[in-house]
Amino acid sequence: MTLNLDPGFGIYLHWPFCAAKCPYCDFNSHVRHKPVDQERFVRAFTRELEHLRERTGPREAVSIFLGGGTPSLMKPETVGALLDTVARLWTVRSDAEITLEANPSSVDADRFRGYRLAGVNRVSLGVQALNDPDLRFLGRLHGVDEAKRAIALARETFPRMSFDLIYARPNQTPEAWGRELEEAIGLAADHLSLYQLTIEEGTAFYGLHQRGKFAVPDGETGAELYRVTQEVTAANGLPAYEISNHARPGAESRHNLVYWRYGEYVGAGPGAHGRFKEKGRRIVTMTERLPEAWAALVEEKGHGIVDGERLDSEEEADEFLLMGLRLAEGIDLDRYEKLAGRPLSNRQIGNLLSEGLIAPVGNSRIRATPSGMIVLDALVADLAR
Amino acid sequence: MTPISRIRNFSIVAHIDHGKSTLADRLIQLTGAMDAREMAGKEQVLDNMDIERERGITIKAQTVRLQYKANDGETYTLNLIDTPGHVDFAYEVSRSLSACEGSLLVVDASQGVEAQTLANVYQAIDNDHDIVVVLNKVDLPAAEPERIRDQIEEVIGIDASQAVLISAKTGLGIPDVLEAIVTQLPPPREGDPEKPLKAMLVDSWYDAYLGVIVLVRVIDGVLKKGQTIRMMGTNARYPVERTGVFTPKMLNVDAIGPGEFGFITASIKEVADTRVGDTITEDRRPTLSPLPGFKPAQPVVFCGLFPVDAADFEDLRAAVGKLRLNDASFSFEMETSAALGFGFRCGFLGLLHLEIIQERLEREFDLDLIATAPSVVYRLNLIDGSQKELHNPADMPDVVRISSIEEPWIRATILTPDDYLGGILKLCQDRRGIQADLSYVGTRAMLVYDLPLNEVVFDFYDRLKSISKGYASFDYALTDYREGDLVKMSLLVNEEPVDALSMLVHRTAAEKRGRAMCEKLKELIPQHMFKIPIQAAIGGKVIARETISALRKDVTAKCYGGDVTRKRKLLEKQKEGKKRMRQFGKVDIPQAAFIEALKMGD
Ligand SMILES: Nc1nc2c(ncn2[C@@H]2O[C@H](COP(=O)(O)OP(=O)(O)O)[C@@H](O)[C@H]2O)c(=O)[nH]1
Ligand code: SF4
Ligand SMILES: [Mg+2]
Repeated sequence: MTLNLDPGFGIYLHWPFCAAKCPYCDFNSHVRHKPVDQERFVRAFTRELEHLRERTGPREAVSIFLGGGTPSLMKPETVGALLDTVARLWTVRSDAEITLEANPSSVDADRFRGYRLAGVNRVSLGVQALNDPDLRFLGRLHGVDEAKRAIALARETFPRMSFDLIYARPNQTPEAWGRELEEAIGLAADHLSLYQLTIEEGTAFYGLHQRGKFAVPDGETGAELYRVTQEVTAANGLPAYEISNHARPGAESRHNLVYWRYGEYVGAGPGAHGRFKEKGRRIVTMTERLPEAWAALVEEKGHGIVDGERLDSEEEADEFLLMGLRLAEGIDLDRYEKLAGRPLSNRQIGNLLSEGLIAPVGNSRIRATPSGMIVLDALVADLAR
Repeated sequence: MTPISRIRNFSIVAHIDHGKSTLADRLIQLTGAMDAREMAGKEQVLDNMDIERERGITIKAQTVRLQYKANDGETYTLNLIDTPGHVDFAYEVSRSLSACEGSLLVVDASQGVEAQTLANVYQAIDNDHDIVVVLNKVDLPAAEPERIRDQIEEVIGIDASQAVLISAKTGLGIPDVLEAIVTQLPPPREGDPEKPLKAMLVDSWYDAYLGVIVLVRVIDGVLKKGQTIRMMGTNARYPVERTGVFTPKMLNVDAIGPGEFGFITASIKEVADTRVGDTITEDRRPTLSPLPGFKPAQPVVFCGLFPVDAADFEDLRAAVGKLRLNDASFSFEMETSAALGFGFRCGFLGLLHLEIIQERLEREFDLDLIATAPSVVYRLNLIDGSQKELHNPADMPDVVRISSIEEPWIRATILTPDDYLGGILKLCQDRRGIQADLSYVGTRAMLVYDLPLNEVVFDFYDRLKSISKGYASFDYALTDYREGDLVKMSLLVNEEPVDALSMLVHRTAAEKRGRAMCEKLKELIPQHMFKIPIQAAIGGKVIARETISALRKDVTAKCYGGDVTRKRKLLEKQKEGKKRMRQFGKVDIPQAAFIEALKMGD
């Protein structure tokens, strides 16, 4: 991958609805039993985006990302309206990446052409597993055959596509995962997101797991599964460029690179986060999470932002560090120093180098090594002090 | 000024929890020294410090003047001197006792005589006190006042026929206590208001508003505001600014006469400028017969105190200085540790004293501290014939220069229900104890053991409590120094010696101790990204080892634009946590580990 590291400016839109809540999911997603008034939400998005535009000033966007929830529950016209609004407010680069997250169920796939016509040029499919029992365990509404058809259709319809798998499922062995992963690579275009299953508080899995209804692989097996993931993807030309993201060089998700390279982005829609500079300091915005409450708030105030803060230099540096080290390319030490107002501790760097947990990249960068990546949270805490 | 015949000066001696503070509250209440409104919600009014109240122990001696109209129609001045109840402060107790003529011996009528009952009452007897026996807690169903009365006569050998039966809790019998103080205790023995001033400096402490407050007991002459006094031990002179008494509120009075207790303030800067037991006299007309005085209390336990954050060193320096203003028995000098940087080597009267000082530093001065292994004072006899006191194992000279090492021993008295005797004997034996006596006090066994202080200083008392389910009681006194086969044990974390964890141990106990410490450290040090060997060694020889395995996996799978804030907050918490640790080489050791590692368990 090139080290043109200017991450640019991205725009994130959050569509908060799902057909059913997956038991592992801790995203801001909500199930509605009546049809959602999409026109009302389009109006609310429009007003909130206008508000954000006032604060960011004119910018050139390198990426637009429609995430969720399940954005593929949107009508293509809704997507079109949202993208038009963005294009009216900011300059969207001609080669901008415009991603939509989609579920592989056939109903959603029927809308792929419409999304493409509306301007979407990349989809990210929530496949999650390539066998039916595991798909059922994960609470997914689609089966393997449906998923494979959706993958094929997405590859035909969109210039770029990616799909997600969740591994470290109950009783999953490294061998079985290795085979499943090879099959997945055979189906994939040039990007895959591979997440270890984590049991998050507030999810259905959390209670079940606490009560011992199922067990996830222990740390040792988890580490082994992670190792297999790295090996198989690298051997097949899709090396990790981030902890859980793999791509053929050049096919990385530009939008997510904005996050990891600590660029600027606005977030619109329920529960969306933004980070952009205002009067010289980076500010954080967070909107109301409940969809209808968000819409009402926007209707009343012109935006749904309920929380935000101006980051101080220590906070900015922390965020830069914890995001940047997720990337195989690592971080620029000078940029850290500029943000923090002090360099990273030489002593900590020395310790981690000597343990082989980080490695230098050129003169002014460091990255986590594979053994550092797997304990990255501890590593970042060690460096950030 | 009250005529001497109508003054009674007394202390209350008791085993901890037998009701000393509750009784004091009752006496204050009944004599109207504080009205009900002032007492409301306050218990243990004489325990001023937060720590005293929370822990239910008295640390500083206090006095209170009570006015009591007795059955004979006369009004008496009763001066109650409340003394600390813990062995660490035994020396302070004996000094306070020497300033009065009588004691109330409070014994819990359901529990009977305990180790501190004995230790304290013998001190009172040594000071020629007359003693009023008070059997407390008779409201309890388990109270057996008659049996306990017999026990007191039998074990202590004092007359308990006139014992007063009370419940300090319900108030039953309190008037009888007051009457007994008047009738059974003597007035002060000496005292001539015309003679040159002669007063004993009983205690002193630092008050943020008034400076040093000196508690005095006048023997001859009269103390007045404006007088120039002289401390005979130091020859320092001060004009008296204020004279008063505690009721327990501070109340100014014009003069303090013979036999009376009171306080003075006199622009004295530091408590260290006053010497407990010193004779205070009038500069112009000094007494010809000063009191014998006291030796200052000697620290017996030392440990290093270091700021967790090295940047707080100056704050620590200021804080220990301030505490010392108020507590002359606490000593400190600067220390540098390879592992912990700059700090202070501090001396204490005992482990409770250490804990209290540490807690006050953390609480009152908002400091995070690392306390290193407490050590007793060893005497090293060197090959060249000289002798050296060792306060810090890290300072131990090369073994080839040492011909022998002596360590302090104590005589411990332990009272316990028979059921726990076996466990306690084993504990004493494991701690290199030598049995001196085993007898019975009623159904309870009384054990007397000689023990090396080094084996007791740390967790002996906790272990004793746990073995006996809290029923055993314990008291001790330092006796002598004895030669011992002691070696210096070092702890190595990730191959590097941590000087703050090194200690002197008896050769026969070294391996067990080393193993226990390695195991404890393995629990206390969190997993790191690499594996960490922990070793105990004597000289170059490793005698125990453990390994902390490396963290296998610790990484968040998903982290996108909406997750940054949460991740940053988590990171901030982790950073906070790291601040409470000290880094040794590459290893973070939690602050509490230095003390926790020493706890032996079973
Ligand atoms: N039942 C009962 N409890 C009492 C009596 N006197 C004191 N106590 C309780 O015994 C405990 C210890 O009392 P305290 O005065 O603090 O004892 P000290 O350690 O000797 O000062 C407290 O919980 C008191 O409430 C009494 O006469 N009867
Ligand atoms: S579809 Fe995605 S966002 Fe919706 S509940 Fe499932 S995992 Fe969560
Ligand atoms: Mg008390």
